[in-house]
Amino acid sequence: MSSAHAGLPFWRRYIFSTDHKVIGIQYILTAVFMALVAVGLSVLIRMQMTWPVRLWPIMEQLLPTAYEGGALKPEFYLTMVTMHGTIMVFFVISLALVSGVGNFIIPLQVGARDMAYPFLNMLSYWTIVPACLIMLASFFVEGGAAAGGWTSYPPLSALPGALPGSGLGQTLWILGMALFIVSFTMGSLNFATTILNLRTKGMSLMRMPLTVWTLLVSSVLGILAFPPLTAAAIMLLLDRHGGTSFFLPEGLVVGGNVLAYEGGTPLLFQHLFWFLGHPEVYVLVLPALGIAFDVVATFGRRPVFGYRTTVWALIVAAVLSMIVWGHHMFTSGMNPYLGEYFSIVTVLITLPFAVIGVNLIASLWRADLRLTTAMLFAIGIISAVGTGGLGGLWLGTAASDIYFHSSVFVVGHFHFMIGVVTSFGIFAAIYYWFPKTFGRHMNETLGKIHFWLTISSVFPAFIGMHYLGLGGALRRVYDPTYYEYVRPLQEMNVWITFLLFISIAGQLVFFVNLFRSLFWGTKADANPWEGATLEWTTPSPAPHLNWNEPPTVYGGPYQYRVNGVGGYVPQHTPPEEVECWVGPHEG
Amino acid sequence: MIARTRTFETTALALFFFGVTTLTVWGFAMPDWLPPAASRHAEGVDGLIRYLLVTTGAIFVIGHAVLIYFILKFEGSEDSTAIQTNPKTERLWSILPVLTMALVSEVGVLFLGLPVWDEIYGEVSEDVLVVDVAARQFEWIVRYPGEDGEFGRTDPTQIDGQSNPTGIDNADPRGSDDIVERNILRLPVNRPVQLRLRSHDVLHSFSVAAFRVKQDIVPGMVGSTTFVPTQLGEFEMGCAELCGLAHYRMGGRVIVMSPDDYETWLSEQGGDA
Amino acid sequence: MNRFDGTPDLIPVHVAVNSEPKISHRSSGLYPMFLLAVLATVMMLFAAFTAALIVRRTGSDWVPVQIPSVVWLNTVFIVTSSIFLECAKKAFSRGSGSQASLWLGYSIALGVLFLIGQLIAWSVLIDQGFLLSTNTHAAFFYMLSGVHGAHVLGGIGVLVWTLRRALVGAYGIDQYRGVAHAAIYWHCVGAVWIHLLVLLSIT
Repeated sequence: MSSAHAGLPFWRRYIFSTDHKVIGIQYILTAVFMALVAVGLSVLIRMQMTWPVRLWPIMEQLLPTAYEGGALKPEFYLTMVTMHGTIMVFFVISLALVSGVGNFIIPLQVGARDMAYPFLNMLSYWTIVPACLIMLASFFVEGGAAAGGWTSYPPLSALPGALPGSGLGQTLWILGMALFIVSFTMGSLNFATTILNLRTKGMSLMRMPLTVWTLLVSSVLGILAFPPLTAAAIMLLLDRHGGTSFFLPEGLVVGGNVLAYEGGTPLLFQHLFWFLGHPEVYVLVLPALGIAFDVVATFGRRPVFGYRTTVWALIVAAVLSMIVWGHHMFTSGMNPYLGEYFSIVTVLITLPFAVIGVNLIASLWRADLRLTTAMLFAIGIISAVGTGGLGGLWLGTAASDIYFHSSVFVVGHFHFMIGVVTSFGIFAAIYYWFPKTFGRHMNETLGKIHFWLTISSVFPAFIGMHYLGLGGALRRVYDPTYYEYVRPLQEMNVWITFLLFISIAGQLVFFVNLFRSLFWGTKADANPWEGATLEWTTPSPAPHLNWNEPPTVYGGPYQYRVNGVGGYVPQHTPPEEVECWVGPHEG
Repeated sequence: MIARTRTFETTALALFFFGVTTLTVWGFAMPDWLPPAASRHAEGVDGLIRYLLVTTGAIFVIGHAVLIYFILKFEGSEDSTAIQTNPKTERLWSILPVLTMALVSEVGVLFLGLPVWDEIYGEVSEDVLVVDVAARQFEWIVRYPGEDGEFGRTDPTQIDGQSNPTGIDNADPRGSDDIVERNILRLPVNRPVQLRLRSHDVLHSFSVAAFRVKQDIVPGMVGSTTFVPTQLGEFEMGCAELCGLAHYRMGGRVIVMSPDDYETWLSEQGGDA
Repeated sequence: MNRFDGTPDLIPVHVAVNSEPKISHRSSGLYPMFLLAVLATVMMLFAAFTAALIVRRTGSDWVPVQIPSVVWLNTVFIVTSSIFLECAKKAFSRGSGSQASLWLGYSIALGVLFLIGQLIAWSVLIDQGFLLSTNTHAAFFYMLSGVHGAHVLGGIGVLVWTLRRALVGAYGIDQYRGVAHAAIYWHCVGAVWIHLLVLLSIT
């Protein structure tokens, strides 16, 4: 089976590999590297926000251009904020959770030997690498990296004269994003085709694990939602370098000169951007929820509550996510009637999410809970999606959003959703599937230390940001103490920064665990968690091409204890082999 | 191969979620985070916020209470009895959350939110005071119509940072009596104000936390926002849309005066209320 | 196996737990799904550009330029190339592989002519003084025809690959799905062009 693979040279097995598992690991490693950069940026951001007027002689040594005279230059602060957001959303979370975990687990869970198009899969990874390099390179060009926010609204992002980072840095940002979109689209095409067409015999759609369902929905969303951002990026590029006026109106005065643009409107960019921007966050959040369901079922030893209703909720949430983008633009100057429409429909997204949340919690009812590290993170997801998601109602209601738009409340909300929920999804996935990937166990004690350090710091930190927003603190500000009315709130910033350092300590524990376990972790067998889904039928680590012949599926993915007495029925067990003992039970 | 868990995890989780729930709710509800409301529609916004606090707070608490209860009750329960899913129960527990959220969310948007939205964007009353606010990197140019009650036309080519910061067209006689100030907005109390919002360069956003006012300013468009100041005093206005390197200090003051004081000030500038 | 002792809301275990496998859905192969997804994403791209054009044309500076007449010829080229592609499919279905390859070749040639014609249209506009920055309607023409042209180029690549496969005899009477799918893509790209041309003409 893997002899053909073994005959390949190293660079074809591990560098330009077409094996979905290798590609998945490559994505995750790349995401880890980019995460180091993005977290580094967040440390610098927090330092500036917490001690706005302090001088940093040591930073002047390390980053002389950014810290001239020991003080961080405001334009570099904006660069940091912009690139932290861009890198985290696209090059860390999307890369690790969707591309990384997705690539690894989809063929294994649907019973395929590899993705539908392994060569295309390899191409999509190797398109991401130059995208990352371009993003990183943009820090070193004149004017620095893009600084107009990860949202890059024109005119600020279109006019080099308006902001130093809007020079070459912004152009490189656009090119990096274009490559990212190409890569992600190729990946989505592969995921969707694999899930829809390469399922093994007997794996109907309603027998797929929810991880696969959420990745399918994410892929379809990606296919439909990214193109408008591509269009916007092309038009922004032309406005910047071709002298066009797609987004630029008449009468702009920059640097004392009246610019020659005419007739464009910045709102067009915002609509196109958020048409992608909103579905994008569901692309990121939904797979975390899918993973949570898988983990909760395995370590709760019971079927997921409401599998079918969850599937419908996922589809409804995805459809709704494509028609609510304007809730990012309530105060933008768009037609107020349009705003009201967006508000009415946006808050309806709480409906499918409530179903998903209830189903997650109800999957713990009559469970036989085994609180492994993966399970702890999954439970953390349940709490986080509820906590952060409810805050979304405050923002989705247009009349309250007037107060909260552009405040730190928004920052707290999206860090909960695309910071906590998604990173917990990544961690749960890693702790859960590490044995399958590397044939070894991660250390549970270190895992739990990681979990507790992380959850005890990120929850209060991002809830604290909600309080800052309540107080009216605005986002993207270099010096939060400038406005008098928020000065009393500054102590909260100190606490949040302190908590950030605790969470970084937690991640260090995680990396130590990861590294140790790679080489010295206890050897794992094929199905260490007594899982019922198909990935546990391969050896650990899973070999190239997964199975000689993928198993046939006869039942659903979560048949834990359906046959009584602590047993479970793996998906691939033929009916005649199902053993069942049914004892007395509660009604 | 599965290690049986110690009860430490369970207790810790329960304690943690209990702590998070109580501290979060306390943190949202108890302190006086919001600046005191100083405009008429601010009352509506604050009412909506209180509604959201109560409703989402209740859901938050109930959800976590159930979560904690389930964790405590079922951890390591070694319950080996068979479990089957029941479609009817599942459907019931889908309809319940759907109805709850539909109610909570749409009551907020339609019954509490729409009136506020209408106050801001709806019909403007007859006695509204119109003030022109131009935003540019990184200041606010406030302009009041002079005695003629009309604003002069603006021409970006005539902008001069010192003498004509908002670019009033010299050829337009209506503009010769316009009153221009930087970074200070003076308003009479209890009278509706409509701000005409323009930008010279990039996106900005006019924001006064105390008034619960926020409106993006889009270059190429004349935007507007309406409100009624209800408290005398000085309030901070700021820019709420990233506009460049000094975005963080693009602040100013709103001075709300009694109608008499406002008249006095206006006539001192050569204007007419 | 013990008998189930029965309570209203539980069903006998040996029936509910696992069952005979459902029918496999893979008979139509991978390509339709992939093709559908590709078409979906391409359509969304041009839908976005269409929306942008509809919004932007309300701008104060909108002065339409005349579409160079060569564009109408190019349109004839690309429509004809679609027709030739259908002829190729028919030939494959009759088993005349060499005839089919000929039609494929003509189709590709017309596609190339289309692209050359678009470049000529660009040079006509440039000669008339309409650069990207001069006129927004012209800018849309450049941008839309450029992005569309990139997709045509990709389509030509697919068709060339198809031709290569045809020449080594990979397609038979009931086995020309690759051609059929390439044809669908090609027809869609042609249809997009007609849509863009109409849009640019009426605005």
